[in-house]
Amino acid sequence: MKILTGNDLKSGAVIWWDGENWSLHVDAAADVGIHGEEILAREEALRRVNVPYIIDGEATADGVRPAHIKDRVRALGPTVRPDLTIKPLNAQALDWII
Amino acid sequence: MYSYDQYDQQMVDARVAEFRDQAHRRLEGKLTEDQFKPLRLMNGLYLQLHAYMLRVAIPYGTLNSRQMTALGDIADKYDRGYGHFTTRQNLQYNWIKLEDAADILADLAKVEMHAIQTSGNCIRNISSDHFAGAAADELVDPRPYAELLRQWSSFHPEFTYLPRKFKIAVIAAEKDRAAMRLHDIGIQIIEKDGEQGGEIGARFYVGGGMGRTPMIAPMIRDFVPLDQLITYSEACLRVYNRYGRRDNKYKARIKILVHELGAEEYTRQVEQEFAHMLDQGVEPPREELERIKPFFDDPAFEDGAKHVDRSDPDFALWVDRNTHRHKHDSYVSAVISLKPVGGIPGDATGEQIRIMARLAKQYSFDELRIMHTQNVVLPHVKIEDLHALWTALDAADLGAPNMDSIEDMIACPGLDYCALANARSIPLAQRISEKFDASGKTEKLGELKLKISGCINACGHHHAGHIGILGVDRKGVENYQLSLGGSEAEDTSLAKITGPGFTEDGVIEAVEKVTDVYLDAREDGERFLDTYRRIGMAPFKEALYD
Amino acid sequence: MTNPDLGTSPDEVQFRFRDDEPADHGTVTVDACCDQTNATAVRIEPGDDARTLLPFLDRLALIEVNFPAYGDGRGYSSARILREAGYAGELRAVGDVLIDQLSHMRRCGFDAFAPDQRLDEDDAARAFATWDNVYQRTVDGRKTIQETRHE
Ligand code: HEM
Ligand code: SF4
Repeated sequence: MKILTGNDLKSGAVIWWDGENWSLHVDAAADVGIHGEEILAREEALRRVNVPYIIDGEATADGVRPAHIKDRVRALGPTVRPDLTIKPLNAQALDWII
Repeated sequence: MYSYDQYDQQMVDARVAEFRDQAHRRLEGKLTEDQFKPLRLMNGLYLQLHAYMLRVAIPYGTLNSRQMTALGDIADKYDRGYGHFTTRQNLQYNWIKLEDAADILADLAKVEMHAIQTSGNCIRNISSDHFAGAAADELVDPRPYAELLRQWSSFHPEFTYLPRKFKIAVIAAEKDRAAMRLHDIGIQIIEKDGEQGGEIGARFYVGGGMGRTPMIAPMIRDFVPLDQLITYSEACLRVYNRYGRRDNKYKARIKILVHELGAEEYTRQVEQEFAHMLDQGVEPPREELERIKPFFDDPAFEDGAKHVDRSDPDFALWVDRNTHRHKHDSYVSAVISLKPVGGIPGDATGEQIRIMARLAKQYSFDELRIMHTQNVVLPHVKIEDLHALWTALDAADLGAPNMDSIEDMIACPGLDYCALANARSIPLAQRISEKFDASGKTEKLGELKLKISGCINACGHHHAGHIGILGVDRKGVENYQLSLGGSEAEDTSLAKITGPGFTEDGVIEAVEKVTDVYLDAREDGERFLDTYRRIGMAPFKEALYD
Repeated sequence: MTNPDLGTSPDEVQFRFRDDEPADHGTVTVDACCDQTNATAVRIEPGDDARTLLPFLDRLALIEVNFPAYGDGRGYSSARILREAGYAGELRAVGDVLIDQLSHMRRCGFDAFAPDQRLDEDDAARAFATWDNVYQRTVDGRKTIQETRHE
């Protein structure tokens, strides 16, 4: 699947396009098919996202998994600070990145 | 240390106002990201993997406890409770909001700090010897010259859109503790015999750097009189601004220009421009240097004990490892390691930062230094106070006795934080320090500089490590190249790659193997680097790949 | 500061800090300027060596320095070099000239600005006034902070 990501302009937080809005959770990411560019152009112009881009992802039993490790790090947080990831209480969460 | 007058303060305040306006225009949509990016970068604001990142300048690595406290407070107030000290003697915050950035700059300005020119294609923060003004072996304190250069390079109207970033280091000792020859300009303050005895001047090395094409700067002028220091720098920069390559970002650093023209031709052009500039009156009045110098006068040192009580072996070890000879024999410079075993190299919590500030106030005439090895120095500690200092540091998890050992590695943020990374650096650093600490080998290895970068940009100085590790991307999987034989000291050399790369586990094992080769082969008093230079790559390769 | 009526000059000059009449000719390239003895207006591109114009400065009334992209800073050196050589005519920054470059350009000797995209007047006024004081001696003749300190 093709998913969209970028950062929130004001806070810098990593965000994912859920089909209608931008979410902090990669699991909410929607498959945009061939409409990525169009959505990005519109959303960027509205300043609802900063430096957005399209990536490949995979819908798995555990949720949406970005194809590249860099985007998995973005989705979760730094592997060396589990306490600062978006799943601080889930010790297995880090395994998902690698 | 230097303290702002109304003009310096006004410049920084003006910049805060300017940036507030720029950030406002961005949030309003008057600036596109493409237009805003270079402006935020000039103020040290990057967009990284998790949020905006703010890089704060610590000019020539010197700061006082009030400034250090402010850095700790900002970590707690605007970030997530910590900061990362970098190889460029700066501090980075990883979780900054654009909305807050101008307020942070305003908080910094209140303590005479800023993030000006910590990024972008301009002259960056000037770095220097972290033991400046304290080391027994220095000719003079290099910081007055660094301060002169700081003023000159701040908001330089001609050199704000250079082909690429530009880094300057200034030292004034034969021992190089600032990787001077790996900078775009390295300046060594030297003395030569003049008519009235010794005359102080500046030796210029130009065109060093790391990144994807590491180069050691050649010397282009062995003596520039001090009253021409700025003029000569200006000439070096103008030739670069006009002729540095702009067609390819990877060939845009001055090292490529110097390399392509040849040091001789580059020098000729600089000398020509210099001759012209001498008539332009760009040099600040000589009195300015004289005004700056007293800011760096020695504090009121007092005689006291020259030795410590070594009855506590842990303390004695820390003293042996983490203190450096001071020009006054009742003092030492004490290194606070930000490399606890298994920790994140260079990270400190807001609370730790404030503790270091407090200890500097109590024991080091209010002064601290940031080292390019991502540690902190208290430059002037009375030998009698060392035990009390160590006790306080140890209680704050800041007492690791590992300076210049394999555990004192440099590691860039890597894929845990950095958008350009290929692989993670920090977990490697953590695992290696744990492993060597557990086996007790750290001690046996003595001085061994391990440096880790998460990509070819070389922020972790891997080219200059006795052992270097470079993260690469191998079909989407982290992979690591090992290199040996680099140095960023006065015997500067570039490390050579051992051969094919390794997995994360593999490279840790490889580090272990090369240290074993060293332990077997070393002769009396040899460091890892010395042994490598004597026996060459072959025995290491054999151990790694056969 | 704004001059709405600029004759036949091809660029729209938005800001001008001169009292004389603007030159009303189109510019020629640096090469053409060296060959053509009657050209009075020339345009420098980033790759041109501004010093090739030095023999002709007397007859030039307008030198445009083009910034095809704001990030290419060679034009700042070109401008300073021309002023250092005594050029007193109009020095105009054209092309990708944005708000945040104005104050530095002014310091390097530009006295006219013809941005590709018209700039917000208020933002520009603020930008021109950015620095109450300056650290570097340049061709704008401003006294530096260091000079002020030691008066
Ligand atoms: C996380 C954000 C960072 C980014 C995006 C970044 C980016 C870069 C890039 C692109 C280069 C190569 C420049 C070139 O060769 O033209 C570079 C070099 C360098 N960076 Fe970083 N860096 C980051 C963090 C750091 C940190 C944390 C440190 C200190 C620990 C650091 C210190 C350096 C040094 C010393 C160099 C080598 C300078 C040279 O090439 O001569 N950087 N950085
Ligand atoms: S070396 Fe690469 S990965 Fe490491 S901080 Fe620099 S740019 Fe990022």
